Amino acid sequence: MSGRPIFDGLTMNIQRAGVTAVMGPSGTGKTTLLRLITGQVHADSGTIEVAGQDMRTLKRADLYKLRRRMGMLFQNGALLTDLSVFENVAFPLREHTDLPERLIRQLVLTKLQAVGLRGAADLMPSELSGGMARRVALARAIVMDPELLIYDEPFVGLDPISMGVILRLIRRLNDTLGLTSIVVSHDVKEISTVADKVFLLSGGKVVASGTPQELRSDPSEIVRQFVGGLADGPVPFHYPAPDYFGELLARGEDS
Amino acid sequence: MNVIKELWQSLLDSLVGLGAVVRFFFRLVISIPAVLLRFDLVVAQVWNAGALSLVIIMLSGLFVGMVLGLQGFQLLQRFGSEEALGAAAAVGLVKELGPVVTALLFAGRAGTALASELGLMRATDQLSAMEMMAVDPIKRVVTPRFLGGAIAMPLLAAIFSLIGIYGAQLIGVQIMGVDSGSFWSQMRGGVDLADINEGIVKSIVFGVACSLIAVYEGYHATPTAAGVGRATTRTVVTSAVVVLFFDYLLTAAFL
Repeated sequence: MSGRPIFDGLTMNIQRAGVTAVMGPSGTGKTTLLRLITGQVHADSGTIEVAGQDMRTLKRADLYKLRRRMGMLFQNGALLTDLSVFENVAFPLREHTDLPERLIRQLVLTKLQAVGLRGAADLMPSELSGGMARRVALARAIVMDPELLIYDEPFVGLDPISMGVILRLIRRLNDTLGLTSIVVSHDVKEISTVADKVFLLSGGKVVASGTPQELRSDPSEIVRQFVGGLADGPVPFHYPAPDYFGELLARGEDS
Repeated sequence: MNVIKELWQSLLDSLVGLGAVVRFFFRLVISIPAVLLRFDLVVAQVWNAGALSLVIIMLSGLFVGMVLGLQGFQLLQRFGSEEALGAAAAVGLVKELGPVVTALLFAGRAGTALASELGLMRATDQLSAMEMMAVDPIKRVVTPRFLGGAIAMPLLAAIFSLIGIYGAQLIGVQIMGVDSGSFWSQMRGGVDLADINEGIVKSIVFGVACSLIAVYEGYHATPTAAGVGRATTRTVVTSAVVVLFFDYLLTAAFL
């Protein structure tokens, strides 16, 4: 795991009971940040505290206890492919509780109703569209009533309608369940409509933070490039390479 | 010099790999008590691994037995002792062909299925999703599959030997005209308890080895299409070599 540091001098403070967006160009380590927050990987230095607990010194059992208070929505849903939609949502309940079948049924159906897929309870994951799979995964993520809900790129590859549905769900779930939500995304327009606070990452640092409005009026070049979707700027269009003409004109010396 | 260096390096690499497998094995063993409390998961996997391979095992057993009947009859006839066919076929099947051929077929059928299933679960984030739901994938997914395979394999080997003996009888007695009474009585006289034990020990060892290799390769597969393919191939190749190697060791040990 040697090589360049992904984060260097990163400080973030995520407020309870709000929707926090983490944005940034591809490859800035947004997903790595989520893995750090959830304790899937550990930082070489620095501290990460979740609900007052230092992730680095947490023992496995305590980590699992903490994770029961978190829900995470993976990029493609990550539904268990050998279980039906119903059983996928029931999975955390069956693993962690001894609730009677009737109660499990009620809980699962309520959560599915919240994401609008009660009618799809008997389908298998392979029969779902991308947007539906993500909504089922969302139902699964909230079935244990977490305090923290994390979304990893929830809009990638969705059609505009599904995207609108997910956006509405993020906001509604956050407000009705009193959650803390963290959304990692690079869809500027979409995320601006739901986020309370935005962190913009680039080069391993927070380069800007604030409400979506504040970010839009931020004068710095990197923010303008990202928010405006400009091809070239502080984040260069070209991957680092030797001089163009030099390379074209060089004789092919068995490169 | 370079060749020696590379050989040394590959020796080191394979030792590191072996160490990783052993560590993984201990992780599985430690989780066994917890998994046994949910025996329904194991039973489902015994059914999965066993039923998957049953038809191919039975068919192969029949043909191997028939070949044994034919070859054995030809050979024994030269010495005028065709009646020994029953004993020869039974000893060969119970001690060698049953465990070894079953293990090779098992690796090709159930082992590859296990490896690709786990590899795909890794590639589609299902294993990470479980960890995020505070469910240990080793306990929930890997160890039940490992135990299922390890239990199914000796049962399959027994079925293989049984059907093989029937196949030998079919050719020897029904077609070649060996006396039925002496076929069976020679078999009863010629097969010791020690032979049976050897077969049982071998099939247990092969079952553990093949299942371990399959779940190890699948669990550690690179999460890409190519990676899952590689894991599947390596499962078959490694299993075959390991089975034949252990077969030699165990045969020597039982002499």
